[in-house]
Amino acid sequence: MTGKVLLSVEGVTKAYPGVVANSDVSFQISEGEVHALLGENGAGKSTLVKMIYGLVRPDAGQMTLHGAPYHPAKPAEARRQGVAMVFQHFSLFEALNVAENVALGMENPPPLKALAGRIREVSQEYGLPLDPARMVGDLSAGERQRVEIIRCLLQDPKLLIMDEPTSVLTPQEVGILFKTLRQLASEGTAILYISHKLEEIRALCDEATILRRGKVVATCTPRDRTAREMAELMVGTVLTPPARSGRAKGDTALEVTGLSVASPIPFGTSLKDVSFKVRKGEVLGIAGVAGNGQDELLLALSGELKSAPGAVKIAGVAMGDTGPNDRRRAGLVAAPEERLGHAAAPDMSLVENALLSGVVRKGLTRRGFIDWGAAEVFAAGIVKDFDVRTPGTHVAARALSGGNLQKFVVGRELSQTPSVIVINQPTWGVDAAAAAAIRQAILDRASSGAAVVVISQDLDELLEIADDFAALNGGRLTQARPVEGLTVDEIGLMMGGTHGMEVAHHG
Amino acid sequence: MLRLEKRPSPSAFWEKASPFLAVILTMIAGGIMFWILGKNPFEAIRTIFWDPLFNDQFASYSRPQLLVKAAPLILIAIGLSLGFRAGVWNIGAEGQYIMGAIFCAAAGLAVYPVESRLVFPVMIVAGALGGFLWAMIPAILKTVFRTNEILVSLLLVYVAQNILAMMALGALRNPEGGGFPGSRNLSQIPAMANPELIAGTGMHWGVVAAFMAVIAGYILLQRHILGFQIKLAGQAPRAARFAGVSPARLVILCLGISGALAGLAGMFEVTGPAGQISIDFNVGYGFTAIIVAFLGRLNPVGILFAGLLMALTYIGGELAQFMLGLPSAAIQAFQGMLLFFLLATDLLTNFRIRLGQRKAA
Repeated sequence: MTGKVLLSVEGVTKAYPGVVANSDVSFQISEGEVHALLGENGAGKSTLVKMIYGLVRPDAGQMTLHGAPYHPAKPAEARRQGVAMVFQHFSLFEALNVAENVALGMENPPPLKALAGRIREVSQEYGLPLDPARMVGDLSAGERQRVEIIRCLLQDPKLLIMDEPTSVLTPQEVGILFKTLRQLASEGTAILYISHKLEEIRALCDEATILRRGKVVATCTPRDRTAREMAELMVGTVLTPPARSGRAKGDTALEVTGLSVASPIPFGTSLKDVSFKVRKGEVLGIAGVAGNGQDELLLALSGELKSAPGAVKIAGVAMGDTGPNDRRRAGLVAAPEERLGHAAAPDMSLVENALLSGVVRKGLTRRGFIDWGAAEVFAAGIVKDFDVRTPGTHVAARALSGGNLQKFVVGRELSQTPSVIVINQPTWGVDAAAAAAIRQAILDRASSGAAVVVISQDLDELLEIADDFAALNGGRLTQARPVEGLTVDEIGLMMGGTHGMEVAHHG
Repeated sequence: MLRLEKRPSPSAFWEKASPFLAVILTMIAGGIMFWILGKNPFEAIRTIFWDPLFNDQFASYSRPQLLVKAAPLILIAIGLSLGFRAGVWNIGAEGQYIMGAIFCAAAGLAVYPVESRLVFPVMIVAGALGGFLWAMIPAILKTVFRTNEILVSLLLVYVAQNILAMMALGALRNPEGGGFPGSRNLSQIPAMANPELIAGTGMHWGVVAAFMAVIAGYILLQRHILGFQIKLAGQAPRAARFAGVSPARLVILCLGISGALAGLAGMFEVTGPAGQISIDFNVGYGFTAIIVAFLGRLNPVGILFAGLLMALTYIGGELAQFMLGLPSAAIQAFQGMLLFFLLATDLLTNFRIRLGQRKAA
């Protein structure tokens, strides 16, 4: 299947002020090869592919494409030479249709009508059903990704770079994507596949290069290794999964009944008749592809979005029409997904950010006057307990790395002796060791009697820590089911299958 | 090539230093402007910044003027700064200032000629209330109908000016004034006057109020949860909602406080330095206070100094017009430059300037 060497990277180094993102990285990828780039968040995967795609220039090292020196100064140059990339975050305009979006990403787009025809052809050929006339705002995440992939395929790429492509897909959609990628590979296109999902890499990739702290630490053939072996290569230590001690389930701590609220976010998903119950000591995992109402559910539970009084009950008391601080007083804490700007104020210090949500439950004011000493102690405690790497508690939140800020934000909520915890994406962007620590902390709170709702797009995470499992799909929540005994197929169907696209797929 | 690089944390040094740099740059650019106008730039700058305070001939008159002019600027700017920090843009302090003066004068004159110690405190309350109510118009329109408070508060300035003219010519006109427009001279009615408290200093009750506002503003922003919420709402609105801050409450609060303080400034002005309600009672303190608020970095202590500096350029500017024949437009341009350079140097707090090309690779 694989042919002669297409791209060769030799001794590439890239340093940013304070960090070496890539240090002497070398690897090769051949025509028709699916090559995995594996590593934790911050291992340097993104920097490496940005250099290949011409977004970043290396400080040292050589790259060759088809045996000729390859130093793209900008993405347009990379695209001209046959390198295409699908980003993790899409760059699409929601108010334009598919064909218009594709045209915007091309150097010399053909007339829209001809382009629409080409889009239909390519989507048929590669089993990626897509209607060129539909508004992107109406598409699911999986369909949006298809827009990006087709935009790349229209340029007939020799090398296709995919950055974490499955994080927004249901298991069934992942199946479709893999079929397409295998077809492309069999036609000779090389695929550079970035991920930290090991089972996917074992299923799809021919070779893997593993990065840790900017260096290549190993190369392997994924099929010959177990996921656990690769994980340990990636993290560099032996991982211990969180302990799940048998927990006593108590009374219902959080009850949501017929919760329907309009989304305050443009192109957001309104919640429709959401109902569930969480008992003390119980962890409810809520899965779903991004954009199916996760943000809205968090807002409705935290109190930022008000609803009918009886729709949200905390310890039996109707609180749907109360604000965040009343709910905090009642024992509910929440950690939103977006750290900078929502969970934390970027330009404020960690002390001020500790005060932000901790003021009510930690009693950080006296008659309205702030007890800065107590806030400082609270912030320092979070930094210590959750191993937040920071020069001190007086640095601005924006100066922390994403993972460290996540530890701080989650730690801030968990340190308030809550009786109900709602977390959206608890370990997003956090390295594996820290993620394990956060999950353990969540389970510890559950063991001591807190009711926990974890909203996450990481299925493995949910299966690891949740007792019950439900999925959001188009703003509706499925019936919660015990995690034990659930199969991946069942989970996929709960998440909405392939969003109505399974029939259209051929081959 | 110059380029900007974002700092990981805001620079504490430049946050303090940038206003000073802005003043220096204004002096340089203003000096060039004065030079082009055919004046000696050094003499012009000296006339504006030095002579009002230290010239033997003028200082005895102009030194007290410093506090008289600075007090309303500071009082209004403290109120505005709270709103500006929270992202609530009250541009209409001038109107609230006028309405404060009208309410206060109306309250006082309604009981004329009662001589009681209570008259002045009642007028203080009436002045604050006038500004407060005038600011509630944009506040309520914003919270209920989502209108833009910038436009509404600004346009209400012109409404207030017409009400002022109407009052000066009508309801509040001095019945013993021989038909001339303008109210009785409040500063000459003992029960209503806001006199100079210490002779030769310019110190009056408005100056006292301005200092109290500085202290209260400082405590509010540094120590009180409300000040924290104001800052939070301005910097990260979604984080503020997460922290339980109600945006509507904040709009009412910020416009209310700034309106009341602007009304107070009008009250102290009409009972003291101005003396009466007249058609040309307002001289733009409400607008200049916007510059003062930003020049002071929206920080109460900074506003104290910025108000004094701005008052100095007013007094010095008048002196320069009188002594050197500089056109008044040149003085206004000079003051405008100050805001311009201030906003420009503001950038240094969050960015650093690098010389040379991006490091090539």
